[in-house]
Amino acid sequence: MTVVRSRAVRQRDGEAATLARSGPAVVLRWRGAGVLVHPRTWAVGAVLAAVVAALCIVALAVGTQWLPLDDVARGLVGEAERATNLTVRRFRLPRVVVAVLVGAALGLAGALVQAVTRNPIAAPDVIGVTAGASFGAVLVLLAFGGTTFGAGGAAAELSRVGLPLGAVAGAFVAAAIVLGLGAGKGPSFATQRVVLVGIVCHAAFIGLVHWGLTRGDVDQATRAAAWLVGSLHGRGWEHVTGLAVALALLLPVALVLGRSLSALSLGEPSAATLGVRVRRTQLGVFLVAFALTGAAVAAAGPVGFIALLAPQIARRLVRAPGMPLVASALTGAAVLLAADVLARLAVPGVELPAGAVTALVGAPYLLWLVVRSEGQR
Amino acid sequence: MSVIGATGAPASEKVVPLLRGQALRLAYGPDRVVVDGLDLELPPGKVTAVIGANGSGKSTVLRALARLLRPVDGQVLLDGRDIHQMRTRDVARQLGLLPQAPVSPDGITVRDLVRRGRTPHTSLWRQWSDADEAALLAALAATDLTELADDPVDALSGGQRQRAWLALVIAQETPLLLLDEPTTFLDIAHQVDVLELVRALNRDAGRTVVMVLHDLNQACRFADHLVALRGGRIVTAGPPAAVVTTELVRTVFDLDAMIVPDPVGGTPMVVPIGRAK
Repeated sequence: MTVVRSRAVRQRDGEAATLARSGPAVVLRWRGAGVLVHPRTWAVGAVLAAVVAALCIVALAVGTQWLPLDDVARGLVGEAERATNLTVRRFRLPRVVVAVLVGAALGLAGALVQAVTRNPIAAPDVIGVTAGASFGAVLVLLAFGGTTFGAGGAAAELSRVGLPLGAVAGAFVAAAIVLGLGAGKGPSFATQRVVLVGIVCHAAFIGLVHWGLTRGDVDQATRAAAWLVGSLHGRGWEHVTGLAVALALLLPVALVLGRSLSALSLGEPSAATLGVRVRRTQLGVFLVAFALTGAAVAAAGPVGFIALLAPQIARRLVRAPGMPLVASALTGAAVLLAADVLARLAVPGVELPAGAVTALVGAPYLLWLVVRSEGQR
Repeated sequence: MSVIGATGAPASEKVVPLLRGQALRLAYGPDRVVVDGLDLELPPGKVTAVIGANGSGKSTVLRALARLLRPVDGQVLLDGRDIHQMRTRDVARQLGLLPQAPVSPDGITVRDLVRRGRTPHTSLWRQWSDADEAALLAALAATDLTELADDPVDALSGGQRQRAWLALVIAQETPLLLLDEPTTFLDIAHQVDVLELVRALNRDAGRTVVMVLHDLNQACRFADHLVALRGGRIVTAGPPAAVVTTELVRTVFDLDAMIVPDPVGGTPMVVPIGRAK
């Protein structure tokens, strides 16, 4: 066996970070630590981050009132005219931040679910969790939604506070059912059974949602139905907090789990004999994905297709083995931002919900991806 | 921390751990007991072939030895310790598995596949060291895949693909290798290729190899030790020359056969006559 020693090792005790190559990958070393980097993954990540930033600026500038870029800039720091300051900081900025966070959470959740099930069309919105969150939220809307549209008072307040809680609770009830029935008893999760149980669960929760809509009065039902499309309309800082905390906590967990996921992609027997605690990893991945989904739905409603689509786009951009988690999150953010901008511009004078745009654009695009990749085989 | 390779020492210089099954009762659910009361010792530093008819429990035994199946009763001991009491990662540094008909992730290159064999030796902070790179290159060289390292595994032939998976297990640098029907789906030339590689791994690096094989003649030719199973019980175990008899073939496979010396290796060769009446 030939042991190849690079300069990096001789300098291990030194302070300087060193680089070594391993095929197309690069090993970045500093002291005892060594990180394996696929340059393309990072390049794609950087480009996606730039796209997200650019879309953020566009999203701040367009709307019923179009702002020139220098107004946007001055509005952000609060030095434009009062009305502009208000538009940019009070209305558009939180909405843009919510779009980025929701898109990222859904993209990441989709990537995790697709990686752990090894199924490119599995996503939280296919396997029942999004539907469970919707049902939880609709229950709250119908119970405390007030009697007239936009009514104030205690009931409306309860609805405002309770809706996110309802969504998160609904997501966890669905997750418990899907994982409880789908898990099986073996040394690993029966992930295909999780998907099957999830699809049934999805249908059941959607049915319950519709039943709920028929029970409420017209105003409540209209509000609930509008919420069910998924929208960023009127989202403020109160929608940012919970989601930002969830992402800040769960993204690092997801990245740690990512290492085990890449061994899991070889199949459970190989993963187990490579030192991965298979069942624990699978459970962790599902829980992180479902918690992110619950938080995202709580903030913006069940915006469709992003969890399904973003990982597939990201995977094709990155072209590295496995599901690119960070790139999926960034792609999700970009897609939702773009959808929200389109939603505001597509029909002059009318604001579409972002969820309608993601469905209208996402479904054909996903079909195209599937048909095209099947054709290549 | 990383021991093997970091000092340039191959797996062989470590003490080869002993793998044993003790009073194993293996089942898939309460009604499907496949193996009952099995005692099995795998000679260290040797190639063991587990043979038996379809459904004799040979793959099940291998799964239990690989810690993939928890015995209902009894235990698998690795160096005297119950394998289920050990940390997953510690087991993974001692024991590697080539599963039956493994499926590679879409679009993965040979290098990235083999790289994953280093999983038990790396961590979040130490994702890749020179020892890892050395193990990767050595595994590619041993399987003759250096030239194909950056090709997608999907584009390889069946034989090359199996070698790529073997390279993954080689890169894991475990003193124990379990192979579940490593020659399935390969033509005869590639079967011999793989088996010769397995022999070389045992000879050059002193690894203990346990493989499930379908072909009795290949088992006789390439293994030092045979374990013959029928109905989840060991019919006999020992060196091929000592244990392969017409009675054994009849008991294990319900087959009447002649045993002649293999003209090449001198090991027993089974020539089937017909189904035993």
